[in-house]
Amino acid sequence: MSLKTLPLVFINLGGEMLYILDQRLQAHNTSDDNSEKGVWSDKDRKRVMNDITATMFSKDFVDELLKPQQLYSHRTLKTVLTRLAHASIMRLNPASMDKLYELMLMAFKYQVFLCPRPKDLLLITYNHIDTIRELVKDTPVVVNQVDEMHRKMIEVYSSLSEGEFQLLRQTLLIFFQDMHVRLSLFLKNKVQNPNGRFALSTSGPVPHGIYVPGLIRVFDSKGREVRRSQFPTGGTYSSSVKEGCFELRGDRVITLGVNMYTVHHPEETQTCKAPPVKTNDTPNPLAKEELNLLARLMGSMKDENKSKTETGFWINLFTTDEEEDQASDSRGADDSMFGLISIQAMQDEQAATELAQIAGQFAEQKQPEFTSCTKGDDLLAMMDDL
Amino acid sequence: MYHKEKSIQIKNSASSLYNNLGVLRIGPRRLTYFTVVHANVVNMVSASWDGLNYSHRQLQSKEPNVATSTSLIIQAAFCVLPSRELLVVTSQKGIQMYESDGSIMVYWHALDTPETPTAQAVFARGISAVWDNYICVGVSSGSILVFDVPSKGSNITLSEVLEEHKEAITDMASECSGSQECIADLVSADDGGNLCIWKSGEEFQLLNKIHGFDMSCSSVKLWKGTVVAGYGTGQIRLYEAVTGILHAEVNAHARWIYSLDIAPFSGLLLSAAEDSLVRVWHLNMTPETNSVEVAHLHNECVTDTQICGAKFCDADGYAFAVTGYDLSEIIRYTQT
Repeated sequence: MSLKTLPLVFINLGGEMLYILDQRLQAHNTSDDNSEKGVWSDKDRKRVMNDITATMFSKDFVDELLKPQQLYSHRTLKTVLTRLAHASIMRLNPASMDKLYELMLMAFKYQVFLCPRPKDLLLITYNHIDTIRELVKDTPVVVNQVDEMHRKMIEVYSSLSEGEFQLLRQTLLIFFQDMHVRLSLFLKNKVQNPNGRFALSTSGPVPHGIYVPGLIRVFDSKGREVRRSQFPTGGTYSSSVKEGCFELRGDRVITLGVNMYTVHHPEETQTCKAPPVKTNDTPNPLAKEELNLLARLMGSMKDENKSKTETGFWINLFTTDEEEDQASDSRGADDSMFGLISIQAMQDEQAATELAQIAGQFAEQKQPEFTSCTKGDDLLAMMDDL
Repeated sequence: MYHKEKSIQIKNSASSLYNNLGVLRIGPRRLTYFTVVHANVVNMVSASWDGLNYSHRQLQSKEPNVATSTSLIIQAAFCVLPSRELLVVTSQKGIQMYESDGSIMVYWHALDTPETPTAQAVFARGISAVWDNYICVGVSSGSILVFDVPSKGSNITLSEVLEEHKEAITDMASECSGSQECIADLVSADDGGNLCIWKSGEEFQLLNKIHGFDMSCSSVKLWKGTVVAGYGTGQIRLYEAVTGILHAEVNAHARWIYSLDIAPFSGLLLSAAEDSLVRVWHLNMTPETNSVEVAHLHNECVTDTQICGAKFCDADGYAFAVTGYDLSEIIRYTQT
């Protein structure tokens, strides 16, 4: 439906990803985990934040995102986000990436669902941008990139009507449909019910621009009000609070999209074992447009920050035994949802070459225990290993 | 006033789309059909009135090229004409028309989609049967396609394209098909809240244009010459169609209204919104004083659900049905 979802999707999901990684890497300040090469110092963590942010807000990537296009499948999105997560010295194993993706999606679903007015999607996005800016504040070059993206967003989205924003929101809601993974933090704060549904309140301030329900007014043919009456609303509503700021800096007023995780509470970034999502088990081949988009997005992510001689550090993001069990359990269920990308009929030579190049980038950074592949060879295995 | 009945389970959950519930009552067979849109599929349920038999069917959106990845369905609605009933399904690709039981597709109209995507999304939305033989469908550009429908067969033709709206059509409604004579028989609404009032014919005539407030009108109905419109502000407004006089305004909901319906025999009005509430009202027209009374009758709260479809199941408003985002059931209520 809406062709303007991608920038919002990447900033918000990318933002959630950074919040979670930030919290988890601080929790990994000990070297208990076998898969680490050493302790994650503050410097390492900041480096990861800077590298991922720089890649996400790089000019080429942003330009690709801003082109009008459909929101494709979870598979494509996850592939690109995995590549983003690997933009630095940190490597995540597939189980960690799956968990991370679930957390990111559910957090964003919550924000979109509860968004007071469709236009407030922008405020949620700006909350993410503001917090990301804070995370990378020590690196002016990256802060500039973030500001540049923010300016472009203001330019592109400020003129959209409420109807267009609602279409955007509806497109996102279809994308998140039927996902009910329970987040510990949400359950604890009672924003999510044990069945995975988000709580909707029938009390509190109405969104800005909406009238408090309860009034019926009748007019005569000259437009004069002749009668007014009240009706019982079944809720307790109050007038709206002030409107949030849509400029580069300002008070956004709504809190959806700010970092809800706190340091030293790793249990917050945890999902609870959920019944497996009922999905279509047969993985469809990625459509040609989708492959092209994937190739363009992956190709546009810069590699500047890494030297080719540096090895990556693998990390199990969710490291308690219980989490490991959950991760492997849910991976079984998730396999049907995030199935293998099978590249079958490839009619477009150029797309094939581009993908080969992208796949080649992964080859250089792989951990030795995975089968190493030469550039261009065995595309299928490359994508499977993500 | 109403109590909850047993829900009907559907194969997929409802998507968050305006007016996402279609209802068709088949008297002679003692059945009611329901349609609910989920992404690129329409879930149809045929429910027998004794509550014992349910049969399900799914309709896919039609793609000219199967490998294309997305063709989301925007709306599915029943069109009742004197001679026949059709199920119209609109998507990003075009408009499909089926026999009312969904068994056969009788017509397909492809939308003009540009080669490379422009900034504006392309889709069809807003469906209404008009008079004896027209089905009107709105488009995201603001155009309204008027199809001439023969009393049987698939020789449906595009008769006219109405270019009056400048923003995407959201909903359309009509009254007086068949024998009754009405001055205005079609109202169309758009994303800017603008309403156009039309008289059908070989060439449709624009009778009036009611300007909006830059706030989307997501659902609209026409009854006894009165337009009833629901907005993103949660308000319901009643206008006299031909003159544009505002009769009444209700601050009805705390969130975006997604669906309105009227039971024509009793004047009951149903409104449903993302605030999880369904409200039942009574409209009373007094032609002598040219006024309309709006009385609130009943509320139903569907806990934690953003409602996307609500319709009466019969012309008296004895029962109504509700759908919600992420909900895999059609919730039903009947008068006590």
